[in-house]
Amino acid sequence: MTDASTGAMTPATSGVLLVLAHPALERSRANRALAKAAKGYAGVTFKDLYETYPDFVIDIETEQAALRAHQVVALQFPLYWYSTPALLKEWLDLVWLHGFAYGEDGEALKGKTLFVACTTGASAKAYHAHGYNRFSMDEFLRPLEQTAHLCGMVWETPFVVHGASVKDDAALKAEAERYKARIASLLPTKTEA
Amino acid sequence: MENILTQTLVYLGAAVVSVPIAKRLGLGSVLGYLIAGVVIGPFALSLVGDQADVMKFAEFGVVILLFLIGLEVQPSMLWDMRKAIFGLGGAQVVGTALAIAAAALALGLPWQTALAVGLVLAMSSTAIVLQTLDEKGLRQGPVGRAAFGVLLLQDLAVIPLFALLPLLAIGAPQHAAEAGGHGASLVSHLPVWAQTLSVLAAVAAVVGGGRYLVRPLFRFIAKARLREIFTASALLIVVAVASLMQTVGLSPALGAFLAGVVLAESEFRRELETDIEPFRGLLLGLFFMTVGAGVDLPLVARQPLTLAGLVIGLMLLKFLVMYGIARLFGAPKRGALAVATALAQGGEFAFVLLTFTVGAGVIGAELAALLTAAIAVSMALTPVAMILYERVAALMDAAIPDVTPDTGDFDEGEPDIIIAGFGRFGQVTGRLLAANGFKSTVLDSDIEQIELLRRFGRRVHYGDATRLDLLRQAGADHARMLIVALDDREKTVELVETARKAFPNLTILARAWDRRHAYDLLSNGADAVERETFEAALALGSTALQKLGFRAHRAHRAAAFFRRHDRRMFEELRPMWGQEEAYVLASRDAAQTMDRLLNADLHRMRPGDGGGAWDTASLDEELRERAQREGAD
Repeated sequence: MTDASTGAMTPATSGVLLVLAHPALERSRANRALAKAAKGYAGVTFKDLYETYPDFVIDIETEQAALRAHQVVALQFPLYWYSTPALLKEWLDLVWLHGFAYGEDGEALKGKTLFVACTTGASAKAYHAHGYNRFSMDEFLRPLEQTAHLCGMVWETPFVVHGASVKDDAALKAEAERYKARIASLLPTKTEA
Repeated sequence: MENILTQTLVYLGAAVVSVPIAKRLGLGSVLGYLIAGVVIGPFALSLVGDQADVMKFAEFGVVILLFLIGLEVQPSMLWDMRKAIFGLGGAQVVGTALAIAAAALALGLPWQTALAVGLVLAMSSTAIVLQTLDEKGLRQGPVGRAAFGVLLLQDLAVIPLFALLPLLAIGAPQHAAEAGGHGASLVSHLPVWAQTLSVLAAVAAVVGGGRYLVRPLFRFIAKARLREIFTASALLIVVAVASLMQTVGLSPALGAFLAGVVLAESEFRRELETDIEPFRGLLLGLFFMTVGAGVDLPLVARQPLTLAGLVIGLMLLKFLVMYGIARLFGAPKRGALAVATALAQGGEFAFVLLTFTVGAGVIGAELAALLTAAIAVSMALTPVAMILYERVAALMDAAIPDVTPDTGDFDEGEPDIIIAGFGRFGQVTGRLLAANGFKSTVLDSDIEQIELLRRFGRRVHYGDATRLDLLRQAGADHARMLIVALDDREKTVELVETARKAFPNLTILARAWDRRHAYDLLSNGADAVERETFEAALALGSTALQKLGFRAHRAHRAAAFFRRHDRRMFEELRPMWGQEEAYVLASRDAAQTMDRLLNADLHRMRPGDGGGAWDTASLDEELRERAQREGAD
């Protein structure tokens, strides 16, 4: 893996690494629609975690090389129990290691951007002090926000689709377009490139 | 030997009676043989007559011993041990010889004789030391290695000694030819350059023959699967090498050692060891008995004090010199004590050398007889000395608690795991274990397979793993685990059964052919079994699901669920299988079981749904209702 050791220094650190984590994507219309919208976009590297590591045995070197090679790290997942699906947590635990992502010598992610795209089953109203989930999405995503902070990354305002399972096709299509636009805004503009 | 049967009867009878008794008394087998020899010897019961013929036969035991030592010594190991062999060993031989020679000189012997006595007595007994260290469990540790290095150099030093000792002659040499199976070589009439050339040719023949001739021969014989012919050919090689060496005037023992080293890296090492071991034991026993019978009891009776002084002086000198050298070489006190005690006796080569020196007119016959007796007694005292050492060591341990944790003696050379069968199955298991740092000894009886693997530098041995002695050789007494990966149903069951009986503490894992075989193996004492095709079939099934459109994780979970379900069924059907076995035809039985399994597969598992994980339809339904209510608000 020469990428893993030299990737940080090469000027090729551009584009978005889109990490999708859904254990049963075949049953998620919303995540499929979002992924489909972002997948073919130029400058986006798409990584389907549950498809790549069905047995949870993550290849750390490959993953770290991929992180080094991109300027933006985007995490797309359904909110499960107010947190990430298990494999995404495993991926963070195993790949974002001390000495790589954080700590005195861990500067591989410094200056990069962390962008979270999240779907929820419940409606937006539920994520409110007076809703049945009692806290806002910002509050639920604090662990990831702090992760970005510790790694010296820029925290991008999250992209959230509420009530994902009850939206009709037209609504989902609109969300997908909105998602595509957000991703495009994270890519370097043509004049910069 | 007027009657071979009578002689055999006497020797075997004496051995069978005295050795177990000596062992029971904690004296070791060597002492048992020696005492048996004294009892049947011409000076006691006089059951055996002239020793010369028997002695020559018995010396072949020493030859076989050195062949076996050679088998243990791989050239790479020889290189690793160069410090122990040439440093420690060289210092021991020179130091001890000089110390004893000085003492002999002080006692009034002429310097030539004194030096000869010193050199002869510097030898220790390989047979006794190795056996004693084995019995004390010190063989594999640093003590064992140091002792082994010294013994090896002593064995090597015997050859130049045969050339050197005649130069020290003071009396008229008697016919120097007789002794030690040495001297009267066919080449002795040739000019020196031709003699040298013939020696070099003989050594080259042994090395080259061992490498390029013997291994194909063994391979050929192994394919014939005739055990007694394999044993015969092993003996043949030792005898052939011994006579070749004798012909060119080298020590047969050294030739055998060389042959052993050459074959040490061959795949037949374990098999050779196993097959030749009993001959070594018996012939060495015979050798010790002839030594015992050769002890001149009247002479001992005339000079008991002289003998006692000789024995004590000999052992004390050897002990002190070795202790000092070991300490100089950086051994800890306790280790030095152990090595010095173990090596403090005279050796079997001393007997050979003494006979030779008498013949060469270096040492007088009476002195030689006295020394023979002294060496025999010192050998006999070795087990006693080791007991003494253990007492002292225990005292040392008590005085300084926890300074030397006793982990060093734990066999680092022994394998963790024995893998029987290294074909398509055993290889994968073995590689996984090796990759995780476990040492394994592999036994396989497919000669082509072994050839292939050895080309990649693996430690693989030829042999039928169902043989208990071969398992022992492979280290089953100390190993943690036996993995039976044979592709033969009956042999697998047989091996599991044998190993379970012989090594109750060994963890036994076995490769099962199918369900029935798996149950068989478990009831025969296997700790765990794995049906050989189950995991592969499951993996292929999982891949099939993916190719049919399942996402990878779903396919993975489906296979994992199926595995768990199948294992439960395996346990559930186990008692039923036992009952039916008695009367149901195997085929019908299998069909019934299959039926039961398929039914259970359909009813207990909801295929592919992964156990209703992640956001089921019921949640979606609820969320939809809730959204409608909120929209209505």
